[in-house]
Amino acid sequence: MHPALSIILFTTSSGAGYGLLFLLGLGGAAGLLPTSRGFGLAAFALALGFVTFGLVSSAFHLGHPERAWRAFSQWRSSWLSREAVAAVATYLPALLLALGWTVAGDLSGPWRLVALLTALGAATTVFCTAMIYRSLRAVPRWHSPWTVPGYLLLALITGGAWLLFLLYLFGETPPTPLLHGMPSAVIAAWFVQTAAWRRADRAAPVATVESATGLGPPGSVRLLDPPHSEANYLLREMAFRIGRRHAAKLRRVTVVSTFALPLAIGLILPFVNRLTALPASLLAALSMSLGVVVERWLFFAEARHTVTLYYGARSV
Amino acid sequence: MTSLPTPAERAGGKSLALLIDLDTCVGCHACAVNCKEWNTGGRFGPLSDRDAYGARPEGAWLNRVHAFETGEEEAGRTVYFPKNCYHCEQAPCVTVCPTGASYKRAEDGIVLVEEELCMGCGLCAWACPYGAREMDPLAQVMRKCTLCIDRIYNEELEEVDRVPACVLTCPAGARHFGDFADPASEVSRLVRERGGYAVMEEMGTAPTARYLPPRVRPRETLAAVEAPEPTDTPGRFLAWVDRLLSG
Repeated sequence: MHPALSIILFTTSSGAGYGLLFLLGLGGAAGLLPTSRGFGLAAFALALGFVTFGLVSSAFHLGHPERAWRAFSQWRSSWLSREAVAAVATYLPALLLALGWTVAGDLSGPWRLVALLTALGAATTVFCTAMIYRSLRAVPRWHSPWTVPGYLLLALITGGAWLLFLLYLFGETPPTPLLHGMPSAVIAAWFVQTAAWRRADRAAPVATVESATGLGPPGSVRLLDPPHSEANYLLREMAFRIGRRHAAKLRRVTVVSTFALPLAIGLILPFVNRLTALPASLLAALSMSLGVVVERWLFFAEARHTVTLYYGARSV
Repeated sequence: MTSLPTPAERAGGKSLALLIDLDTCVGCHACAVNCKEWNTGGRFGPLSDRDAYGARPEGAWLNRVHAFETGEEEAGRTVYFPKNCYHCEQAPCVTVCPTGASYKRAEDGIVLVEEELCMGCGLCAWACPYGAREMDPLAQVMRKCTLCIDRIYNEELEEVDRVPACVLTCPAGARHFGDFADPASEVSRLVRERGGYAVMEEMGTAPTARYLPPRVRPRETLAAVEAPEPTDTPGRFLAWVDRLLSG
């Protein structure tokens, strides 16, 4: 599948933003996070900034962005529509929570409900994003039980990495659950990513050129002539092949920069002073964000669509 | 409305689609060309191209003719494989549409795109396992086979012309159009008699359209057709010329 920059930026940036919103909501409701105005302002600016940048960049993927408002209408059947609804709906409690955090400086009573709604909205939006891909049977690598946990965990850990950095930036001590939970979440995400790749590499083909044409027993059908001499939309969009040969190298980049390095940093954070923790947590957040972009690029570039069976692929 | 029609809504409705005879298709691409011709000028046109007269023309077509080889040696053959929308009963392209542009008609099963509603996200093209949808490069909305809905119900046309453009133009008579829900229809009869089949059903799409397989010619039949020997018994005039020149 064609790895469109707009979609990669959308899913990674909004993923980090919703991950951060989720943790702010949960941490806020549990009273674990500082209610200082400066921290609140920075945290919500970063989270909503990531989310908004992602949503805006996704609009660049559209042929008619001016009709994007119509995408709120088909939530009964379409995961993309559900994602749009969830994304916009999450702004309400998130903005309200930002207001409460920075102006009221109080997260008790009804604010706790707003905080929980923010966390719920953020998780729901990422879940819907993942389901857009999970639900496509024509792309077997995406139609996998690992797609949804992968999206959720990557969003959670990128959000967590930025939250740690923000806490150190404002001279706050990260709450113990966050400090201890991050390495476990990174390990879980690493595990899911490895499982997703293993499944993708080993799964039996779901369709073959024989089942796509009905012309004979396995191994008997070969493409003789393509239907057109030049490229077309289908080939550009769904028969992307460039860079697949670098996949092994890019997977190593993903592993090191998304999981290994941030995990190592996460493990030493509780034992270092703030002067070391601040640049270390920034390095972890940047490294992880870059790694997730590479992972998402692979998510698209390595995925094969069944339409390629009509253009020379033997099985998908 | 991108929810598929319910079984109750579909009850009694037609299932219109194409039946393509892979035994008779000669791969001339006339169906694809006439499809392009009608759909660029008809109710849903233009069906645009980029660099149409340049070195690298590229555009949206709703019908593409692929060519495959099957079997080995004597059993080997070339099969032309025209491909367009199968108007699936469980059309995944419809349910993924976020704007309500894609829909399946309850009354005849035709899958259509309301282009004024289409935001050009391309998700429906990803969802279709068959590559039946293509983005219009200039209009930036999704295009697909409409079964020539502007022909088949068009009372301005003679009744014989109320068929899809591809069917009308096929010089080999390889394309049939009809109601697969009606067991008495010509397409249903052909499917029964010739073993008509749908493709990639493992995708859960329940395609309506069918293909008729290439007929199997037994080896003996092929062997029985002796290649004619070149004859060198000339007629009377040529025999006379031959004698004259040989003398």
